[in-house]
Amino acid sequence: MTQSVVIQVGQCGNQIGCCFWDLALREHAAVNQKAIYDEAISSFFRNVDTRVVGDGGSISKGKICSLKARAVLIDMEEGVVNEILQGPLRDVFDSKQLITDISGSGNNWAVGHKVFGSLYQEQILEKLRKSAEHCDCLQCFFIIHSMGGGTGSGLGTFLLKVLEDEFPEVYRFVASIYPSGEDDVITSPYNSMLAMKELNEHADCVLPIDNQSLFDIISKIDLMVNSGKLGTAIKPKSLVTSSAGAFKKRQEKPFDAMNNIVANLLLNLTSSARFEGSLNMDLNEISMNLVPFPQLHYLVSSLTPLYTLADVNIPSRRLDQMFSDAFSKDHQLIRADPKHSLYLACALMVRGNVQISDLRRNIERLKPALRFVSWNQEGWKTSLCSVPPVGHSHSLLALANNTCVKPTFIELRERFTRLYRKRAHLHHYLQIEGMEESCFTEALSSLSALIQEYNQLDATKSMPAEELPRLSVAV
Amino acid sequence: MSIVTVQLGQCGNQIGFEVFDALFSDSHCPQGLCSKRENEAYRASCKERFFSEEENGVPIARAVLVDMEPKVINQTLSKAAHSGRWKYGQHSCFCQKQGSGNNWAYGYSVHGPRHEESIMNLIQKEVEKCDSLNGFFIIMSMAGGTGSGLGAFVTQNLQDQYSNSLKMNQIIWPYGTGEVIVQNYNSILTLSHLYRSSDALLVHENDAVHKICAKLMNIKQISFRDINQVLAHQLGSVFQPTYSGEGSFHYRRNPLGIDWQVRPPLSGLPTRGKMSLNKESHFNTSIANLVILRGKDVHSAELGAFKDPALYTSWLEPVHAFSVWKTQRAFSKYEKSAALVSNSQFLVKPLDTIVGKAWNMFASKAYIHQYTKFGIEEEDFLDSFTLLEQVIASYCNLGF
Repeated sequence: MTQSVVIQVGQCGNQIGCCFWDLALREHAAVNQKAIYDEAISSFFRNVDTRVVGDGGSISKGKICSLKARAVLIDMEEGVVNEILQGPLRDVFDSKQLITDISGSGNNWAVGHKVFGSLYQEQILEKLRKSAEHCDCLQCFFIIHSMGGGTGSGLGTFLLKVLEDEFPEVYRFVASIYPSGEDDVITSPYNSMLAMKELNEHADCVLPIDNQSLFDIISKIDLMVNSGKLGTAIKPKSLVTSSAGAFKKRQEKPFDAMNNIVANLLLNLTSSARFEGSLNMDLNEISMNLVPFPQLHYLVSSLTPLYTLADVNIPSRRLDQMFSDAFSKDHQLIRADPKHSLYLACALMVRGNVQISDLRRNIERLKPALRFVSWNQEGWKTSLCSVPPVGHSHSLLALANNTCVKPTFIELRERFTRLYRKRAHLHHYLQIEGMEESCFTEALSSLSALIQEYNQLDATKSMPAEELPRLSVAV
Repeated sequence: MSIVTVQLGQCGNQIGFEVFDALFSDSHCPQGLCSKRENEAYRASCKERFFSEEENGVPIARAVLVDMEPKVINQTLSKAAHSGRWKYGQHSCFCQKQGSGNNWAYGYSVHGPRHEESIMNLIQKEVEKCDSLNGFFIIMSMAGGTGSGLGAFVTQNLQDQYSNSLKMNQIIWPYGTGEVIVQNYNSILTLSHLYRSSDALLVHENDAVHKICAKLMNIKQISFRDINQVLAHQLGSVFQPTYSGEGSFHYRRNPLGIDWQVRPPLSGLPTRGKMSLNKESHFNTSIANLVILRGKDVHSAELGAFKDPALYTSWLEPVHAFSVWKTQRAFSKYEKSAALVSNSQFLVKPLDTIVGKAWNMFASKAYIHQYTKFGIEEEDFLDSFTLLEQVIASYCNLGF
C-alpha cells in the first residue's frame, strides 16, 4: 500500500487540513477497533514512539503508540497554525513539520510566491524530503490551498514546481478553493489568475472548489434538517458537515461546516486506495482515467448524500436518489452544471453496502441524460469500497472531467481583466523582485488557451461524431 | 497431471479463489451419483491436478498469486485460510505496493521487466512440485493494468520458458459500459499480445455473466462475488476430471489440451458454391465445439444436433470439429449438467465493438500520453489494431 503526504498552505488550507485530519482519525478509529497500526492507517499516519528522542521513533507494525500525521503545515502568519497546535489535534503534528512566519503575505501572490518562495525554499525541501523518507512508498502529495489570497495562492503554487522537480514520480493532487463572486479580497482575481498558470503547468490533477457552492450546500442541509420535512428520518448532525466532538464545545465557526465538506472529499477520494472493496481504485487510476490530455486536468466533484439517514437498510429507491443527486448542479462543489455540458470522463467512487448491480442500474438510468464526448461515449470509471464513511451507510463521490468548469474560468478572466485594464493595485505586485508585467500577460494567455480547449470540445457537442475509417486488412 | 494457475490483479485473484473453492467443494461432494470407487478416483484426480499436499493434510492450491498492490492478495489468502479446508501456499505470492494504475503500459513495460525474475521463480517452484505438468491456467482481466499488462508479459515469458507446456488464459471481458475508461485500449493491447503467445483464450464477458445472475438466478443485488461464483462454477464444470477414452477410473484427459489451433486447408478456402442454404441465415459458425456431460444418463444423451453441418464452417466436417466428454460422476450436486466450450463467431461482435471504440478514441489521441510515458508508442497501438482486424476478418470469413 502507498502513502500520501498532505501539504496545507495558508489560512484556508490549514483550516481545511485540520478538519481533514480530525475526520481521518475518526474514520480510522471507527474501522480499526483493535488499535493495530495497519496499512490503511499508514497511508496518512506514522506510528511513533514518542519516548524516543529525535528521528528514531517510527514503528512499522503492532499496536498504535502515537499517530503522527503525514503532513507539512505552511503559513506565513502564525494565528491558524498556533491554534491547531493548541487544539485537540496538537499531538498529531510534529513541530518539525511546520513552516511559519509572522508577517503574512498581505493577500499578494507575488509575496507568497517570489519572496517567501525563495526565503523558505530550502526549509520546504528539507521538510518534504523528511516526510518522503518516512514513507515506504510515497504515491501522492495532496496540496490544500485557496487561490484568492497570498500565501495559499502564491507559496502554495510555488511548491508545485518544487515538488515536480524533486519528486517527479509522485502525483500532485491539488484541492483549490476558488474565490466566489462576493470575495472581500480585492486582489483575488490577480492572485487566482497567477496561481492558475502554475496549476496548469505543474499539477497532475486539480479539484476546484468554490466557497459559494459550499455555502449553498450547507444552507440547503440546514433547511432540510430544520424544516422537519423529513421528520425523524434524518440525523441532525451529520459528519459531513461537522466533526462531532472536536468542536462541539466551542461555538462552531462559520467555515467549519464548509471545510468539513472538503475534508470529506479528500477522505472519500482516497477510501478505495486505503480500504478493501470488490472493485478497488487507486490514486494513480484517477489520473490515468480522468485526464485524457495533460492540460485538461480539472475535475468537478460532488458528494452525496449530504445528510445521514437514520435508516440503515436503504431501499434501492433511496440509493438511486444518491446517484441522481450526484449529477445535479446543486451538489457540485463549484458552480457548474455538468448535466448540460460535455463530459470527457466521469468517475463514480462508491462506499458502503452498494453492489455492482446497483452501480450499473444507475449508470444505465442516468446515461441518456448526459452528454459524453464522441470518443469516450462510455467514459465511466467506477469503484466499490466496502467501508462506508463514519455515520453513513453508503456514499458516492463523483468526479467529472467536464466542460462545465469553463464558466468558472471565464468569470475569473473577466474579473481579472476588469482590474488589470485599470492597472488597479498592480504596483503592489510589480514592486516585488522577479515580478514583471509579462507574468500577468503570460498567466492570462495560459488561461485563455485552456478556455479555448474547452470551447473546441464544446463545439463538437452538436456535431455528429466523425469516425475515422477502420483499418482494412487482407485475409 | 497437474495444472499451475497464475492469478493476476484484483480480478484474477478474486476469481481464482472462487475457482479453487468450487473445485474443492465439488471434489469433496459425498454424492457423486456414482460408485464410491469412482468418486474416490475423481477426488484423487482433482486433487492432484489442482492441489498439492502438505504435512498437516490441508491441501494447498497449485497457484501463484500476483498483484501490484497488497489489499486483494491479503484478502484472498485469509479467505482461503479461514475456510480451513484448503489454502494458498504461504510463499506463493508476489506483491508490490503501487499498483499499475489501470495502465497496460505500466503493467507490461515497467512491472514486467522489473519483477520478471521473482515472478518466474515463483512459478518455477510451483512447477517443480508437480509430478507431471499439464500446463498453465492464467486468470486475468483485460480492462485494468496488472491483469492485462503484466498478464500479457507473464504469458509471453511462459511461452519462452515452457514452450512445450500448454497455456490457457482465462480472460474477463469488462462490462460494455465502463468499469475503466481506458479499458478498450488495455483490451486491444492485451488481446494482440496474447494472440502471439497463448494457446487458448477462454473468454467470459461480465455483461453475460451479469445477465445470468439477473435473469436465470434471479439475484436482486448482484455483487462481484455472485458473478465470480457463476464463473467459477462454469470453469469447474470444464476443468474437473473427465474420463479419457479408456473408460472409467481413468481421469487423465487434459482439459487444457483442447486443440484450438485449427487452420484452414492449405489448398485455400473453398468457393461459395459448396454452401448449404442455411449459411445465408446468420448462424454462429463454429470451428470447434466441445460438449462436457456429467451425471446421470450421460451415455444415452442425444447429441445429434451438435453435429449439424450448418453449425460449422464449410471446410470442416462435423466429425473433426465436434468432441464430447462424458463422465458419470455428477458435478456440484447437479444430477445432470452440461458445459459447452465453443470456438466460434460468438466473440466477433464484442471484439468488433471494442476495437471500434478503441480506434475511435485512438483517432482523437486521448489518453495516449499516459501510454507513451512508459514506452508503448502509437506504433504498438497500430500493430495491435492490425492484428485484431485480421482476427475479426478471419472469423467473419468462417461464415462462407
